[in-house]
Amino acid sequence: MMKKSYKIDVDCANCANKMEDAARKTDGVKDCTVNFMLLKMNVEFEDGQDPKAVMQRVRANCKKVEDDCEVYI
Amino acid sequence: MNKKQKKMLARIITAAAFLVALGFAPVSGWPRFLLYMVPYLVIGYDILIKALKGIKNRQMFDESFLMAVATVGAIALALYDNSGDYTEAVAVMLFYQIGELFQSYAVGKSRRNISELMDIRPDYANVERGGTLEKVDPDEVEVGTVIIVQPGEKVPIDGIVAEGRSTLNTAALTGESLPREVGEGDEIVSGCINMSGLLKIRTTREFGESTVSKILDLVENASSRKSKSEDFISKFARVYTPAVCFAALALAFLPPLVRVFGMGIDADWETWIYRALTFLVISCPCALVISIPLSFFAGIGGASNAGVLVKGSNYLETLSQTRIVVFDKTGTLTQGVFEVNGIHHCEMENEKLVEYAALAESASSHPISKSLQRAYGKEIDRSRVSDIQEISGGGVIARVDGHTVAAGNDKLMDRIGVGFIPCRSVGTIIHMAIDGGYAGHIVISDVVKPTSAEAIRKLKAAGVRKTVMLTGDSRKVADKVAAELGIDEVYSELLPADKVAKVEELISGKHERDKLAFVGDGINDAPVLRRADIGIAMGAMGSDAAIEAADVVLMDDDPLKIAKAIRISRKCLGIVYQNIVFAIGVKLICLALGALGIANMWLAIFADVGVMIIAVLNAIRALFVKKL
Repeated sequence: MMKKSYKIDVDCANCANKMEDAARKTDGVKDCTVNFMLLKMNVEFEDGQDPKAVMQRVRANCKKVEDDCEVYI
Repeated sequence: MNKKQKKMLARIITAAAFLVALGFAPVSGWPRFLLYMVPYLVIGYDILIKALKGIKNRQMFDESFLMAVATVGAIALALYDNSGDYTEAVAVMLFYQIGELFQSYAVGKSRRNISELMDIRPDYANVERGGTLEKVDPDEVEVGTVIIVQPGEKVPIDGIVAEGRSTLNTAALTGESLPREVGEGDEIVSGCINMSGLLKIRTTREFGESTVSKILDLVENASSRKSKSEDFISKFARVYTPAVCFAALALAFLPPLVRVFGMGIDADWETWIYRALTFLVISCPCALVISIPLSFFAGIGGASNAGVLVKGSNYLETLSQTRIVVFDKTGTLTQGVFEVNGIHHCEMENEKLVEYAALAESASSHPISKSLQRAYGKEIDRSRVSDIQEISGGGVIARVDGHTVAAGNDKLMDRIGVGFIPCRSVGTIIHMAIDGGYAGHIVISDVVKPTSAEAIRKLKAAGVRKTVMLTGDSRKVADKVAAELGIDEVYSELLPADKVAKVEELISGKHERDKLAFVGDGINDAPVLRRADIGIAMGAMGSDAAIEAADVVLMDDDPLKIAKAIRISRKCLGIVYQNIVFAIGVKLICLALGALGIANMWLAIFADVGVMIIAVLNAIRALFVKKL
């Protein structure tokens, strides 16, 4: 089981929740929590997934729900 | 304020000034419309762009999209009416942006405040290299290196004092302002501040494993474990916005259609569309969504400043529902060290008896002999003692200053044939016989912490219904301690596994809503800490096992902190509930008033921005826990 933490940038709390949802629905992501107060995204990857590739998809999906956000990979 | 916020402030001021000036401008028709579009675009261009992107990405319930629809709709209505009343649309956008700015400022500010509170991260470690002090990254210091901490500096890494003596300020770790003395050979915990003398410390851990890193890691990740209230709010927000939008849609079309086809009167489209647009303004869930995590964040931050580390928002929530507190005795309610508590039936001076006992026991490292040596208080002159015989399961017989001294229990006295007086006191009894004659006995027992009784009273005052004590100690000792402290239930002579079973029994016997907290010192009670609804470990500075197993960690071993932790959690949760009720309440009232046509867009924007500002300010109150 692999877990990683990424720094994010987003302006509003509801957008952070939307990012969490979007990241959770991304292929290869087992679970995800977004902490708006710390601007951190903790991602748990599914077994055998390459975090880098998954995070690219996570970032793209987050951008879809909230244009004004950033995930620092 | 950062650059982004300053830019927003400038846009707000420009647009507001322009809007006020336009109030006095005697223009009408198209010129009026174009003039009003200037402040509208100044303040809202980014929202409009975001709304367009939202449409492209099919994010129909995006805040920007809703704001754009509401304001563009209001402008279109004004154009259609020819009323020339564009102020409202511009003002809605203006206040929305003010709210966003405030939110981003307040959140940034509290982020900084809380990180300042937890400002225990050391930036460097001093290492002596070639006769000069060098500042190095604490991460690069290897275990066993001698580091130097000058007065006024933070201890960067856990270790043992190799040289020097000083007083330490542990306030940042424990919230306790009383300084601690350290000298050569003492263990020292990172995060303390060296106040007086120069210390040379031999490190025993890497920086990443040191107390300070552990604590920071714990506090920083605490708010990632979400509470039920937070989950409720994000679920609510997910339903709320679409529901209000559909309600707005229904409000725009159904009443006019009913009026035309059902009642045969004029449809009055403008009125209903206006009311629907008002709904869209109220549909943003931001006040709710921001204030709840912010409250928890502030509560956890305030608690850690008081020396109470809470591992997650969920634990803060559970802690606030604590109705039963179960204590481990030794080390939690009592000091966990043995002290001479009484000397009875002594034929000589008490000091003399203790002196003989300490000398006779001088070869042993048992806690009992240690406590005798402490009570004696002077250096032990081993040359005065000879012929030491340890009687296993009994005590010792030795020659001290030419006298035969026997120190031990009833069995020892029986064995050497000395009649003794049994003791009614609770604790370990050491009978003394000198030259074959009974000389009295010394009572040694664990001492109750000075604040334990008050801590139990304060817990009761904080709403805890039942206090329970579990101990492996004898029944006599346990009952006495419990009576002294005012504890409701005692279970004594328990093995570690029995404690888990007892806690399970207590959990199954209580109401689901009432939570059970177990307080231990983290030694041998990790399974119980895990099993309880909430595990509180105390005196955890430097104890990894306790930090690992517990949900709440008290940095020092003062039992008063338990009640304080509960009060902090109650205050935080109180604020959370206030915010939930207030924000949802105001929004629902405004929705009702809007549907009836009593609330206009001005009130709607208050429901959005005003509520958010008040909720955020309320959330920040959770940070102030010093006086609790």
